Amino acid sequence: MAHFEKANNLNEWLDQRIGLNTLKKVMQTEYWIPKDINFLWAMGMVLAATFGILVVSGIFLLMYYKPDTNLAFDSVNYTIMSEVGYGWLWRHIHGIGASIVFLIIYIHMFTGIYYGSYKRGRELIWLSGMGLFVAFSAEAFSGYMLPWGQMSYWAGMVITNLFSGGSLEAYGLVEWIRGDYVPGDAYLTRFFMLHVFLIPLVIIGLIVLHFGSLRLPHVNNQEGAEIDFEEAAELYKAGKVKESKVIPFSPVFLSKDVFVMGVYFVLFFYLVFYNFNFAMDPVNFDPADGLKTPAHIYPEWYFLWSYEILRPFSKDVGLIAFGIAQAALFFLPFIDRSPNVAPAHKRGLFQVWFWVLLVDMIVLTAMGKLPPTDPVFAFIGLVSAVLFLLMGPALFIITLFEKKLEKGA
Amino acid sequence: MRELKILAVVVFFSLLTYYLVEPYAHHAMHMKVDAEGKEIKIESHGFTYDGTDDIAEAERKGDAALVAKKKAFWSDVVAVSKMTGNAAAGEAVFANCIGCHNGANINMGGVIPPNLDHSGAIYDKNYLIALIKDPAMASNVDHKYADTSMHPMGSIKYTVSDNQQIADVVAYMLEHKAGEVTPKEAFTEACVRCHAVRYTQTTQLGDTPKFKHEKDALAHKIKVIEEQDMVKAYMGNLPPDLSMMIRARGDHFMETFIENPQGQLAGTSMPRVGLNHEGYEKVKEYLTEAGDPSKKAREELGPWVIGFFIIFSILAFLWKKAMWRDHH
Repeated sequence: MAHFEKANNLNEWLDQRIGLNTLKKVMQTEYWIPKDINFLWAMGMVLAATFGILVVSGIFLLMYYKPDTNLAFDSVNYTIMSEVGYGWLWRHIHGIGASIVFLIIYIHMFTGIYYGSYKRGRELIWLSGMGLFVAFSAEAFSGYMLPWGQMSYWAGMVITNLFSGGSLEAYGLVEWIRGDYVPGDAYLTRFFMLHVFLIPLVIIGLIVLHFGSLRLPHVNNQEGAEIDFEEAAELYKAGKVKESKVIPFSPVFLSKDVFVMGVYFVLFFYLVFYNFNFAMDPVNFDPADGLKTPAHIYPEWYFLWSYEILRPFSKDVGLIAFGIAQAALFFLPFIDRSPNVAPAHKRGLFQVWFWVLLVDMIVLTAMGKLPPTDPVFAFIGLVSAVLFLLMGPALFIITLFEKKLEKGA
Repeated sequence: MRELKILAVVVFFSLLTYYLVEPYAHHAMHMKVDAEGKEIKIESHGFTYDGTDDIAEAERKGDAALVAKKKAFWSDVVAVSKMTGNAAAGEAVFANCIGCHNGANINMGGVIPPNLDHSGAIYDKNYLIALIKDPAMASNVDHKYADTSMHPMGSIKYTVSDNQQIADVVAYMLEHKAGEVTPKEAFTEACVRCHAVRYTQTTQLGDTPKFKHEKDALAHKIKVIEEQDMVKAYMGNLPPDLSMMIRARGDHFMETFIENPQGQLAGTSMPRVGLNHEGYEKVKEYLTEAGDPSKKAREELGPWVIGFFIIFSILAFLWKKAMWRDHH
């Protein structure tokens, strides 16, 4: 039995039992963040806040949602939207949150790529982050099934069909996933379970890993400068905050995060109240009907770029290209052979590579939604898909020949 | 300032993506083209009817006889609309109508003839004239009938055939069958014979009454199913439930579709119902009440929440300033 003194207050009581003061130091007041950052560094906390909002709004929706093909549509569109007090607000928040979280994820990812924040000790941050991207994608897809509208049904049909593996014709696997020949009750209840339990659990685990993998290598900074965190911390603690290159996570870094979050929520709630169709597709307000295929079936905007890598090729080639595209970004830290951790504008050809990647993904996103029956769109789609696949080898070659930068330049 | 430059880049690419996947992609997806691939602009005419769309459609089909027929029909309609109708004389003509339009909720030739209590308020004058002249031509579903007198209301051609009679009965309706109309009345008269709205307990037979005994409820349900079967046989498919239609279709689609269903959905069996602007507004109000009842609350709450976060951001900015003082 360890020795315990009588505690004078709650803080002491907790400190004796769970090391509260140490926790505070490790996670807040002495968690050192470089000072040389911009608002893009707040995207992590913005994502955490959005995830929190998705969990809270999801809990409210879960109280009234009914996972049954006969009841699901009306439980969402009638019970939640018009009978439950403020049910419409929670649903709109959940719908907008699910869509806008991907915008922030993409900004967060491109920030990481631009500043080289996936290299030299930070590989695990990138890998866990990509894991989160995949888990969020699965969460978004499974959630999209739940209102059981036309797009839920037909998008579900198309995506589960991918598992037939093209010419492998593994329809047995597709039926096994669906629990039926077509999406039906078993399918809906499975995706319901995944959406409200298993995937959120995985996401929470990955968030812990993501944060954990950040603690030792520390957050990157605008110049990619190597910082002696211990020395800088001593300087800060000695009161020389101006000379020190670091700031504590709480409250200094957090104060900026909170400001960025405030601005973000102005946009967020503008979308919730006034501009929600991009996230809550009108087509999905038609109930699922297995006998009536919609004129256009398309995924939500955040899946469009990878959808467009699948679409312009023949069946099997498309599936392989799609598979490569899904996995490729995971390997970024290992494809990039450059010795430099520096912002793209200091890395020569890498900067060109970065902007080509960004523009190519936006073009793919646009072409993924435009009707492929138009030969011009189909051609642009094909070119940008091939370009995307070439970006990996291009990065390898570019970075292999990248010169080491003089530090302190 | 560097941060603002970065912000500008982020905003630019976000808006570009938004523009491409939303307005631009939706325009491309829903664009209608003619045989030469030229875009057909589908525009609202403000809920007035003079056959412009019908004639253009016939022209695109390249059917000269049909074009001539449509042109002749609609120019007749316009001519009748310029005549002075005598409402008193029209009352006697109207007696012909209430034989079928009697509010008895009995299916005749496929559908229940709609109640005409507010016909002068919710329908356009030209449309009423056209409908009495030739129902199938007026509602732009003549392609469904080899001889348009086969339309369930087709026999009107033989009972009310004189242009003066038409002018009179329309004058009567505009004068005596108008007045204040509620959204529910407008919707019931214009849409309910074909469309159910389950969120307002409305079926093709109108409001579902409250029953004390399950047996009576089931008996009513059977009557509804029988009515739906007749509508289905007549229309080829059961017209959709309109509960969520206000969220499932945009304003532009709703307006142009209701004015001329063939424009948005070529070949559809849905007839043009001839709503005027007021009639459309009432129907829209009803559908909003059914499918988007929180619209008003949403639009009222918005500024408060957004205002809260604006103030939040200002305070957060001041806090940030205070925290970062002496740090640079």
